[in-house]
Amino acid sequence: MNVPVQPGQQDRYTVLDTAPRRLRDFLLSWDVILVILFVLTIVVNSLVSPYFLDVYNLADATSNFSEKAIIALGMALLILVRDIDLSVAAIVALASMGIGYAAEAGWSPTMLFAVGLGIGLLCGVFNGALVTRFRLPSIVVTIGTMSLFRGLTQVILGDQALRSYPQGFLDLGQSYFIPMTETGIPWLFIPPVPLSFLVFLVLALIFGIVLHRTAVGRQLFAIGSNPVAARFSGVPVNRLRFLLFGLSGMLSGLAGALLTARLGSMRSNIAVGWELDIVTMVILGGVSIAGGVGSILGVFLAVLVLGLVTFGMALNNIPGQVISVYIGALLIAVISIPRIFERLRAWRAGR
Amino acid sequence: MSDPVLTLTAVSKSFPGVRALHDVSLSLQSGRVTALIGENGAGKSTIVKILTGIYRPDSGEIHVGGAARHFSSPRDAWAAGIAAIHQETVMFDELTVAENIFMGHMPVAATGGVDWSRMRARAADLLERIDAPIPPGLPLKRLSVAQKHLVEIARALSHEAQVVIMDEPTAALSANEIDDLFRIVEQLKAEGHAVVFISHKFDEIFRIADDFVCLRDGEKVGEGPVASVTEAELVRMMVGRPVDQVFPKRDVPIGDVVLSVEGLSNATEYADISFDLRKGEILGLYGLVGAGRTEAMQGLFGITPTTRGRVTLEGRPLAVASPADAIAAGISYVPEDRQDQGAILSLGIRENVTLASLGQYVRGLFLSRPLEIDETRHLGRRLAVKASSWEQRLAELSGGNQQKVVIAKWLATRPKVIVLDEPTKGIDIGSKAAVHEFIGELAGEGLAVVLISSELPEVMGLADRLIVMKEGRIVEEFQRGRWSAEAIVGAATGARRDAA
Repeated sequence: MNVPVQPGQQDRYTVLDTAPRRLRDFLLSWDVILVILFVLTIVVNSLVSPYFLDVYNLADATSNFSEKAIIALGMALLILVRDIDLSVAAIVALASMGIGYAAEAGWSPTMLFAVGLGIGLLCGVFNGALVTRFRLPSIVVTIGTMSLFRGLTQVILGDQALRSYPQGFLDLGQSYFIPMTETGIPWLFIPPVPLSFLVFLVLALIFGIVLHRTAVGRQLFAIGSNPVAARFSGVPVNRLRFLLFGLSGMLSGLAGALLTARLGSMRSNIAVGWELDIVTMVILGGVSIAGGVGSILGVFLAVLVLGLVTFGMALNNIPGQVISVYIGALLIAVISIPRIFERLRAWRAGR
Repeated sequence: MSDPVLTLTAVSKSFPGVRALHDVSLSLQSGRVTALIGENGAGKSTIVKILTGIYRPDSGEIHVGGAARHFSSPRDAWAAGIAAIHQETVMFDELTVAENIFMGHMPVAATGGVDWSRMRARAADLLERIDAPIPPGLPLKRLSVAQKHLVEIARALSHEAQVVIMDEPTAALSANEIDDLFRIVEQLKAEGHAVVFISHKFDEIFRIADDFVCLRDGEKVGEGPVASVTEAELVRMMVGRPVDQVFPKRDVPIGDVVLSVEGLSNATEYADISFDLRKGEILGLYGLVGAGRTEAMQGLFGITPTTRGRVTLEGRPLAVASPADAIAAGISYVPEDRQDQGAILSLGIRENVTLASLGQYVRGLFLSRPLEIDETRHLGRRLAVKASSWEQRLAELSGGNQQKVVIAKWLATRPKVIVLDEPTKGIDIGSKAAVHEFIGELAGEGLAVVLISSELPEVMGLADRLIVMKEGRIVEEFQRGRWSAEAIVGAATGARRDAA
């Protein structure tokens, strides 16, 4: 119990600088579960299909999920601070349409990317302003803007498709940004990397460093853990939330540009349903929907697991609907595992 | 006197580190209003919670109508005929008046469903009995606070309650509404109900109560008919002890004015707050709950907008639009609500301590963990925080240690002025003493301290000067040595000066 403290007698006990680590806690940590899952995915897939471990196949697989994964990085930060952006896929569509029209007007590839980023940023800023200025719940606001942005795209485009893009733009999406390079040494080579995956890798690294190593990152954790106490501690809560919505919009615009370049054409139904795939990546990555908990490493691993599971199953001609069942089951299983162990431990202790 | 409706015999209740009630006995008579009086934290709410089945007493007995009772839930208390009307009404805004009255015991029709027409008719009867012209079918959210109180009274009557507890029922009412309420209290008396009335306002107690029970630090210190005491005597009973010896006051040289506040106001909660604060000075801010102390200090700190007023820090005018501005200028505010506003329970000690001063630990672009740990260790040791490691989550610490971490967070910002809002509320005795000692130490180092406290011994023990607030305004200022507990409480409650 508490003993009245005598001044000048403060060093009667020691407080450790770091928390003692227990092996079991480490083994049950989310990131470790994901690493195990990742290895399992590779092993199972490569046993089932001889085509799985082909570098070109893997490289192509990455481009199927990298655009979503880029958006997932922004979504992870939003969910971390107890917000969400469900309009991301609709922003992809709006940005992609803007790019399509700009391309028809003969704009350069660089300008097309700028158009995508700009439209994304505007949409994100609109979301952020509604959420922070009018104090509306972000889930409501972004369900609204999801309809709004997608609806705008449908009204303007109708059933028309935009499909004339400069070759330089299409090359960015359809060829490897880094080509396959042999080094001359057996088993040592630089694999082919599509631009979208490279962008994701670089962004993941930057996001990881910002979230886990900087003052702003710490402030985001504080907001997610207790927004009131964070505000009382001088954290600019609403300004940061606003910026995150802007960032999420911009990443969606960037993903829209990459996706448009890869597909070489766009219709108003582009990227339909992506928002839930993206939220799935973030949740599987261990970001708590209640806020305050999560890591970029977790999201990175979840993206790879989900991408490779999907790719592996597609290689074996498993239809999309079945893949979706599998991924749903996987998500539920993975988020239940820590809880099941907790229960088990409590049950053992109580016996 | 006739047999009491309800008696409490030698009831005690403790929480970790706090003795909330000790050996309290009281009895309630049918047809009489008993006022429960005492300072904040004297144990009034604990009694209400025991009577309504929210807390179970550690020892002691409750008798209702002569029979011993054990309440294990609020339902049991309802069943025994005890109903409470709370300070802030706990009802269902989206439901109708009738549904609120009969929530939990709706009349059942032969079909097994709710008998809506009978429920509405009975609700109308009950409301008529207390002369409250409220349509039973109206949704509760359309009613005023006063009307909601009436609905609660009707709810109490629907349970055939013998004992009606009113916990500061007038706090949010206008003068006319209070008159209406008192008329109903008289009627309840006439019908033979026993009423428990809790209020900080002496005029109301003398107007409506027949008997009083006075509590202090969880013990009963007086009881009797209201007619036999004066306000001055009640105040003395509430305050009671020689306070000056409780906390040894340090002798600190008081320096120049650091902070000067002039005419600080906001739209509703406080007006015209002006004071000067000097280096090394501890300024006490006393008042009842709801006097506007917290609101005024949160305005100063940039949490809520102010409408008027000038703030000068070290001679320079200061515009504070957010807590970040206040922190940058050297003002710190340790909030009253430790769990929600002060501590981030799911983060570790280090992350809490450094949160308000993150810029100090940045090297290049990144936070430096060694620098964070150095600061945490330094402040943590100074405040004698007990923990297994500096990374331990705050949720795992005791309330007292959490509070020390929160104070450490503010000291890490190197403030010139620190506002402590009820810094020892709800923490154990040991930590309390440490916090008191520490407040003195801070002043000794030249910090200017504003101490908001509802505990008279605490402010009287620590403060050099004391400002009393009532209903959003400063009503009185006392210098150390030229005050008395009676005069301070008198100013805060608005008791007549001559009586105090």
